[in-house]
Amino acid sequence: MSHPLSIVAVALVCLTTLVVGGFGLRLSRRTSDFYVAGRTVSPRLNASAIGGEYLSAASFLGVAGLIYGSGIDMLWLPVGYTLGYLVLLVMVAAPMRRSGAYTLPDFAEARLGSRAVRLVSSVLVVAIGWLYLVPQFQGAGLTLALVTGAPPWVGGFVVMVVIAAAVGAGGMRSITFVQAVQYWIKLTALAVPAFVLLLLWVRSGHPAPVVPPQWHAPLSPTGPGDHPWYRTASTVLALCLGTMGLPHVLVRYYTNPDGPGARRTTVTVIALLGVFYLLPPVYGALGRVVFPVLPGDVRGDSIVLRIPGELAPGLGGDLLTAMLAGGAFAAFLSTASGLAMSVTGVLDQELLRPQLARLTGGDSPGAGGFRLAAVLAVVLPYLLSRLIEPLGLATTVGLAFTVAASTFAPLIILGVWWRGLSVPGAMAGLVAGGLGTGLSLATTMARGDLGGWPGALLANPALWTVPLAFAAVVLVSLATPGRIPASTARVLVRLHTPERVTLARSRLRD
Amino acid sequence: MTGSIHWPTAVLVAGTMLLLWLGVTLLRRSRRSGFISETDRATYATLHTASLASRHLGEGLSPESAERAGRHLLSILGAQAVSIAGPGSVLSWTGTGEHHRAQAVDLGERTLETGRTVAHPEEVVACGDPECPLRGAVTAPLVTDDLVVGTLTAWTQEPSPGLTRATEEVASWVSSQLALAELARTRNRVMEAELRALRAQISPHFIYNSLAAIASFVRTDPDRARELLLDFADFTRYALRTGGTFTTLAEELRNVERYLVLEQARFGDRLRVSLLVAPEVLTVTLPYLAVQPLVENAVRHGLASKEGVGHVTITASDQGSEAEIAIEDDGVGTDPERVRAILDGAHPHDSMGLGNVDARLRQVYGDECGLVVETAPGAGTRVSFRVPKFAPGVHAQH
Repeated sequence: MSHPLSIVAVALVCLTTLVVGGFGLRLSRRTSDFYVAGRTVSPRLNASAIGGEYLSAASFLGVAGLIYGSGIDMLWLPVGYTLGYLVLLVMVAAPMRRSGAYTLPDFAEARLGSRAVRLVSSVLVVAIGWLYLVPQFQGAGLTLALVTGAPPWVGGFVVMVVIAAAVGAGGMRSITFVQAVQYWIKLTALAVPAFVLLLLWVRSGHPAPVVPPQWHAPLSPTGPGDHPWYRTASTVLALCLGTMGLPHVLVRYYTNPDGPGARRTTVTVIALLGVFYLLPPVYGALGRVVFPVLPGDVRGDSIVLRIPGELAPGLGGDLLTAMLAGGAFAAFLSTASGLAMSVTGVLDQELLRPQLARLTGGDSPGAGGFRLAAVLAVVLPYLLSRLIEPLGLATTVGLAFTVAASTFAPLIILGVWWRGLSVPGAMAGLVAGGLGTGLSLATTMARGDLGGWPGALLANPALWTVPLAFAAVVLVSLATPGRIPASTARVLVRLHTPERVTLARSRLRD
Repeated sequence: MTGSIHWPTAVLVAGTMLLLWLGVTLLRRSRRSGFISETDRATYATLHTASLASRHLGEGLSPESAERAGRHLLSILGAQAVSIAGPGSVLSWTGTGEHHRAQAVDLGERTLETGRTVAHPEEVVACGDPECPLRGAVTAPLVTDDLVVGTLTAWTQEPSPGLTRATEEVASWVSSQLALAELARTRNRVMEAELRALRAQISPHFIYNSLAAIASFVRTDPDRARELLLDFADFTRYALRTGGTFTTLAEELRNVERYLVLEQARFGDRLRVSLLVAPEVLTVTLPYLAVQPLVENAVRHGLASKEGVGHVTITASDQGSEAEIAIEDDGVGTDPERVRAILDGAHPHDSMGLGNVDARLRQVYGDECGLVVETAPGAGTRVSFRVPKFAPGVHAQH
């Protein structure tokens, strides 16, 4: 296959990730430039960054693979991925920004003032981050193995080393700028080949895709024990509510200067994702044209990378494959570095710093602890990605969304909109949602899909775990009215008051 | 069975093991507490209750704090009810027989006047209600700074010398807690006064120099003079504002810009400033006027006693969950011992800004977030500090 070109493309993307951050810094040598340098990140740039961080291996490779394999029901996936931002926009974007929280544990602490809830949130953030990182490493291994013939562990290893370096270096780089560039790399790398391939397809007399009948019948069962309605609804619910609970999404919102900025960013994100998600179905359908059946032991996830070679053999195909491989690597790197950054922050702050402080007798551990956390944050999921049998990129990512939807979504939504939320209530929701999804996912991962109702309920648990978590929060909160934080009214006023309004009380105090 | 595991069974077994382990641990813990004698346990319980009460008393004497502390005081005293009263009003009532509440002020009057503990016999206390358990009371004074600020009354079925003694002791303990609260309030007031001092302190040199520089442009370049005056107006409005304690880094940098424009009017090309900012940290919240005094310091020490051009570099970098802000100059530098003395507050007139910023940063974010000064004679100076992106209770106000 196309060794040299693809290797060049992948190397370029890795280099971009490490180097381009320096250009995003605001530098001024004259005081007259100060004003420009001090301006906060515009919603448009920030939206590109969120898009860049959000579009992972699952979106770049996984969705097309699932559409190729399972048919048009999978079109719900891109819808769900985007819908999450609509929910975020309507319900939490601006209040979250006004809370001043940088991470989800910060939000829990700001809203509830409880160290225990903060600790549980931290554990969940790390769990979700790792669960989300595993498919990124697997995707990288798959891609590099396919385009260069390297053993499967190499790709994940490259991604791991690059992001550990990027996160550990930290400091004087603009992550926002890196991620924004990654979005446009990904969009270009997926769009240009798509148009070229479509053109080739039209010129070759546009042969129809070869598909079995249930491929284009919506919500048709593939077997007797299949429950497509339940599974689809559950997946969409997980994606809808999961987005707000992903650790790397909230961190980007902190960069917005205020609530309205957060809303404008979200609207732009929805537009950017909408454009991007037009493309994977094209690859899914083209895949059906080129490969009526999947040859041998090939995984659906690799379908995107295989199409150019079949449709345009020779240098042209090699170029397109190299482009797609580079784009895919951009997807792994950007998502993985965003996740690794969040997990590192939480590990450093909650776990390592207190321990190191104890070891060094209160001396500030400085950057050493942060670097150690960065290494920890990526090495563990990398090892996991080598141990766990690949489930399919989009499926594993879906599991991370499910955990987020069943734990953080109730905490955030009720935390923003309900005065009655008590500390034990929040804790009950996190624990119930976490245990429910955790056990289902562990069973599914260990045993595979069980088939029938048990299989559907355990593989796509969101439709029962999300209501369970919400019910746990509400019921326990109602049962413990004494444990509603005293600061609730004050915090909610701050979350919901537009920035331009000066509160009468604060004016009185002046 | 050929190696495959029956998962429901495995989960069940694991669950049972977990429950067993929990049970054993709990049992062991309850056993272990059996080694503590009754007296010890009573002591610990009392100390624990006292520490709970002291948390509420830390806010000073108010109806809310009295209400919350009263619960714990009642359990320490073992009386029927406990009331806390200020001069002329009852702050809280905990326990039974709240219809006696109004009486608490009258009973406290003598204690308020004399500062002595008074036991009230049945004929003073008892109401007509035969069901009412309150037949006696002991009132003890709450004293801070030699002033009786309130009274603590324990209501009981039968006043005893033991209760009188206990009430007196508890009241004096509460008094000491109130004194601590007063101390904390004083400390806050000192901090606020220091902040006000910092605002006022910016002015004299700087105002004089700026106005002189502006005056020199009035004839030659009236437009520039006007611009400078507007900058000056904006700068003073920011520096003398009376709003909240926190602002964003973007806002603070804007003020540094105004300051530097004014300084450059005076120094011209002798002052070179460069700024390097990771845009992610511009939204970070920090105490207001945390950066400007450090820049002023760098300009003054980097340029004043030096020939030729002086460089000042301001960097703000993104360090994960923290932001680092550093101000560097290539001036003459200082002896580290001197800086240490300044940060300890030994030279209050020399670099008031430095010590003040350091104290405020430590007060808000804890001791690990103070200023870090790297300097040596002839080697320039670098002053830096780190602020967490999120700290509970810290919010920018515009």
